[in-house]
Amino acid sequence: MGNYLLRRLIVAVPSLLGISLILFVLLALAPGDPFGELASNPNIPPEVREALRIKFGMDDPILVRYVRWLLAMLHGDWGFSFASRVNVDTLILQRIPATLYVVGTAQLLALIVAIPVGVLAARRPYSIFDQIANTFAFIGFSLPTFFTGLLLILIFSVNLGWLPFVYRADIPATGWMWWWENFKQAVMPVTVLGLYQAASYTRYVRSAVLDVIKLDYVTTARSKGLDESKVIVKHVVRNALIPVVTLVALQMPTVFGGAIVTEQIFRIPGIGSLLISAILANDTPVIMAVTFVFACLVVLFNLIADILYGWLDPRISFR
Amino acid sequence: MTEAAIAPAAAPAPLLTVRNLTKAFPIKGGLLKRQIGSVRAVDGVNFHIEPSETFGLVGESGCGKSTTGRCVLRLIEPSSGELSFEGKDVIALSGDGLRALRRDIQIIFQDPYASLNPRMTIGAIIGEALTIHGLASSRQKYEERIVHLLETVGLQADHMTRYPHEFSGGQRQRIGIARAIAVEPKLIICDEPVSALDVSIQAQVINLLEDLQQKFGIAYLFVAHDLSVVEHISRRVAVMYLGRIVETAPSRQLYSTPKHPYTEALLSAVPIPDPSIKRKRIRLKGEVPSPINPPSGCHFHTRCPIAKDVCSKEVPPLKASDEGHLVACHFR
Repeated sequence: MGNYLLRRLIVAVPSLLGISLILFVLLALAPGDPFGELASNPNIPPEVREALRIKFGMDDPILVRYVRWLLAMLHGDWGFSFASRVNVDTLILQRIPATLYVVGTAQLLALIVAIPVGVLAARRPYSIFDQIANTFAFIGFSLPTFFTGLLLILIFSVNLGWLPFVYRADIPATGWMWWWENFKQAVMPVTVLGLYQAASYTRYVRSAVLDVIKLDYVTTARSKGLDESKVIVKHVVRNALIPVVTLVALQMPTVFGGAIVTEQIFRIPGIGSLLISAILANDTPVIMAVTFVFACLVVLFNLIADILYGWLDPRISFR
Repeated sequence: MTEAAIAPAAAPAPLLTVRNLTKAFPIKGGLLKRQIGSVRAVDGVNFHIEPSETFGLVGESGCGKSTTGRCVLRLIEPSSGELSFEGKDVIALSGDGLRALRRDIQIIFQDPYASLNPRMTIGAIIGEALTIHGLASSRQKYEERIVHLLETVGLQADHMTRYPHEFSGGQRQRIGIARAIAVEPKLIICDEPVSALDVSIQAQVINLLEDLQQKFGIAYLFVAHDLSVVEHISRRVAVMYLGRIVETAPSRQLYSTPKHPYTEALLSAVPIPDPSIKRKRIRLKGEVPSPINPPSGCHFHTRCPIAKDVCSKEVPPLKASDEGHLVACHFR
């Protein structure tokens, strides 16, 4: 197990290097850079512009710039956001809590809805409950979040006025009111994201349970005289959830990476909206840092998924 | 005449009596998913099993033999008929009564790979039933019992902590048997227990089942399509065709002097382990008809070499021809 982990981590290094190189080259080749805005600003003389470009090494060959970025990154220097005029790591740390709170809660909601619904639907396939659950699942993942998000805003913020539709990181209230306000502003984004995710999870859980429920060892468990509820939990769900665990683990990077569309709709100051505004402002250091952190998380959670798999399924051994 | 009535008077009270057992699976179709027909997988089956005997049930795939076995345990709910186990009405049981029944009747499956939960250790698989039925008073007794069971079926104590995937097919079937006998059942339904195994392993498992029967006096309902295996292990055999029993007889009698034309055809297909002997093969024409729309009268008349007009009109009753030999044919 220790050797396995070590080997996986060593293998991760070249893949992360490859990813970062591709990202860096793509961003360098893309039109526009952080100083593009200066070029059209008549108040800045061309000499100053040129001096800045030379200072930041903007016109050096791509590989030289990549190596410089990599060495800085290894020293813990994530770069400087030209648009926000703060260090990139400070910026990311500011944005992480909102994303973790909203997207993390949405994932929890998705699981809390999907597991019982999926299991119950598979218990009696093609029953009325199953058909209703299937219909809602189809509706759920057919409706994009920008549609359901706007719909909820229209109903609950504009028409009913119950919930705020702009998410605020700095709520003026204190104590219980602060918690209450925080809860209220998260209700709509969490519902939109959570139910969207729950719809596809439900389908996965249902088909995973259907695969297991007709196996002989489930019948065996019943023939032992075990209660039906215990048969379902102990023999069916525990085996059926193995593939679902992997699926959820691979979704985890988005909990940190944010939900770009939903964050944009509800103006949540999270990582997703940071990435969008950085792209719009040609703020290369921020784009590079956010996408690279995202890549690291994908690699990390892949590893976690594999370890979980081995832990859940004794047939898998780490070699 | 019902079968029970002609059972020998000296015979002990039957352990299990099955009367007119029927299981129809609905077929749903159309826009509103209404029932448009049904598959009569088991169609009025009668038999009984005495304590400590092996009763073989043979027939082609889809003839309803497995469904019959599962109905006895109420793993599948029968549509109609009577099931009585030691005088208790099995159909009426629920809750605690059903749990008690599942201590007395156990089941062994065909596929040794699907019948063990891959995430449980062998000890946990065998021990679960002990816990459910409260058969172990302490942790130590629980473990002693599991070790004893493993040794009884020819495995070792240290196998307890291993997982099913570490065992071969034959070993897994032994684990399945250990699990079944853990609760000291009176009847085990063996649903094709050796069909998935190699011939040499088949013999080992069959011998194990016979040893256990002698040791613990367990009765078996042995469901299989392999005629020679059934002949070897069973005291009495019933032949099923399209959900009905067409012939029941003591094993030796059935194999030496079959009466029903279907049994004759089945037996003529059993290979003889001597190439110099040529057997006259009776080849049946056509396929087994669909159980959704079975032939009228005798189900077998469409393929029967001796069928006459009466066969398509009247259902032949299962009647005694010799002592303990029952056959459902108008002419035999």
